[in-house]
Amino acid sequence: MKVLVAVKRVIDYNVKIRVKPDHSDVDLTNVKMAMNPFCEIAVEEAVRLKEKGIASEVVVATVGPKAAQEQLRTALALGADRAIHVQTDERVESLGAAKALAKIVEEEQPELVVLGKQAIDTDNNQTGQMLAALTGRPQGTFASVVEAQDGKLLVTREIDGGLQTLELTLPAIVTADLRLNEPRYAKLPDIMKAKKKPLDVKTPEELGVDVASTLTLVKVEPPAERQGGVKVSSVDELVDKLKNEAKVIS
Amino acid sequence: MSILVLAEHQDGELAGATAHVVAAAQAIGGDIDVLVAGENVAAVADAAAKLDGVSKVRVADSAVFAHQLAEPLGDLLVSLADDYSHVLAVASTNGKNVLPRVAALKDVAQISEIIAVESPDTFKRPIYAGNAIATVQSSDALKVITVRTTGFDAVGESGSAAVEPVEQSIDNSLSAFIKETLAESDRPELGAAKVVISGGRGMGSAENFALLDGIADKLGAAIGASRAAVDAGFVPNDMQVGQTGKIVAPELYIAVGISGAIQHLAGMKDSKVIVAINKDEEAPIFQVADYGLVADLFEAVPELEGKL
Ligand SMILES: Cc1cc2nc3c(=O)[nH]c(=O)nc-3n(C[C@H](O)[C@H](O)[C@H](O)COP(=O)(O)OP(=O)(O)OC[C@H]3O[C@@H](n4cnc5c(N)ncnc54)[C@H](O)[C@@H]3O)c2cc1C
Ligand SMILES: Nc1ncnc2c1ncn2[C@@H]1O[C@H](COP(=O)(O)O)[C@@H](O)[C@H]1O
Repeated sequence: MKVLVAVKRVIDYNVKIRVKPDHSDVDLTNVKMAMNPFCEIAVEEAVRLKEKGIASEVVVATVGPKAAQEQLRTALALGADRAIHVQTDERVESLGAAKALAKIVEEEQPELVVLGKQAIDTDNNQTGQMLAALTGRPQGTFASVVEAQDGKLLVTREIDGGLQTLELTLPAIVTADLRLNEPRYAKLPDIMKAKKKPLDVKTPEELGVDVASTLTLVKVEPPAERQGGVKVSSVDELVDKLKNEAKVIS
Repeated sequence: MSILVLAEHQDGELAGATAHVVAAAQAIGGDIDVLVAGENVAAVADAAAKLDGVSKVRVADSAVFAHQLAEPLGDLLVSLADDYSHVLAVASTNGKNVLPRVAALKDVAQISEIIAVESPDTFKRPIYAGNAIATVQSSDALKVITVRTTGFDAVGESGSAAVEPVEQSIDNSLSAFIKETLAESDRPELGAAKVVISGGRGMGSAENFALLDGIADKLGAAIGASRAAVDAGFVPNDMQVGQTGKIVAPELYIAVGISGAIQHLAGMKDSKVIVAINKDEEAPIFQVADYGLVADLFEAVPELEGKL
């Protein structure tokens, strides 16, 4: 089966972000960018399906600025076969991304689409569900195990109370949770090879979609700073403070 | 304005989180209806009818909604949405699973995990793992929103709203429920507990995690964990606290053997009092802890249990 993976370029998860002094947004100048960690997991899952002979082709797609091609190349180095870049400088929110991805699904007709469960910049956790709704396909979100079986897909999901297993008809949409797999690192020869793999560039206009958001970012503020407190020197002192100073235990 | 709140429920009981979402709906202002969708949910509907501020409880009782599968539940919400200016749900795995579908099918944005209401179209929500708070304004006619419960105090339970059935004929051939393995625990639910004690990679093993039981028993605490502890297989995934796990804000949070990565802090830094026990005095958790104890947890935890 053909597998489509959606990846997003975001700030590297190790970077501590700063809010711009004018509170218009976070400051991304000279900040290290990377593939969203959940997308790395999504790519890994698709590549493993290919290695197992279940997937015939892995196509990776992103919606975003020119620079997002770096993340497509990373995905190609990790084992994807070709890439599609929907290039735009708009601030694309989940609905816009889902609309563009729905067009790609229409063109490519993948049997399975794998996305990350959440982009760590907006922390939205929406795109996969939206794509499923727009394409009329079933969804298996927050997946920790995915198995293809008798033309169906068994997806184990991480839910609040524990784990849930669903059976989905194919074609289907899956969003990856942290424990779906442990992504590999790209090896140097693969990074070199990835430069020669096909990367198709399209615009939202060519796809006939409007990716602009109806949400306005009014302002962005730093969170209330939490003051570090004191170090206590013993368990006795800790118990005393909790009882008599913080009064949270009796 | 009128607002539809999707009730969260489990095993025939209304989840406490719903009362927080009704509070968010009150902050928006307008008539508030609660939708209870599930199978044999009469008791849930009765409990929802008691929530203060609710005008009407609408009940969709059908096997097709039994496991809250996203496809039929989304279709149900879409069929009702035209009567409302806002559709709200808990930012639980359930709410997050279904609301984006509703938004996409109505061609509107979805606003995730709001923590404050500025006005009926403007909301605050954390982004970048809570390292920034965004104020966002929606120009959509319908606002589809998930609510972070820690942002809103629960409404009381002295109401008596009308309960009425929803006529619908939704089916689902796309997805089927196979099974669920839910953690059984006599302890309070992580999201609602007044005290939470969490263990990290420093706990060393699944067996050692039992060290936290005694303190949890004495304080009536829920037990949580860092991602590293879950990944290492010490505890199941539903115990993970953080950016991609549960968000908690108890009166007292005790972090044991947890370094304090930003992704973990994202899930607990709004706790009222934070205690950290860690043998590394440089651990970043101490920067947010009200009381830090630099100690080997294998000595400090049993001692603390004894002294409570
Ligand atoms: C996309 C993404 C999402 C993530 N989401 C989450 C999330 O939701 N929640 C989460 O927690 N993490 C999350 N993480 C992982 C996070 O970055 C950290 O890796 C994780 O929180 C570390 O867990 P830890 O503190 O238990 O382990 P470590 O960082 O290994 O820390 C262990 C600590 O235990 C201490 N220790 C060891 N032995 C002892 C002892 N005997 N006595 C006392 N102290 C001891 C050590 O000094 C150390 O500070 C996420 C990461 C990514 C990339
Ligand atoms: N602009 C985008 N381009 C491609 N994929 C995206 C984009 N935005 C989100 N996604 C996918 O959707 C997942 C969840 O993102 P979100 O729902 O926005 O938190 C990400 O991990 C990606 O797989």
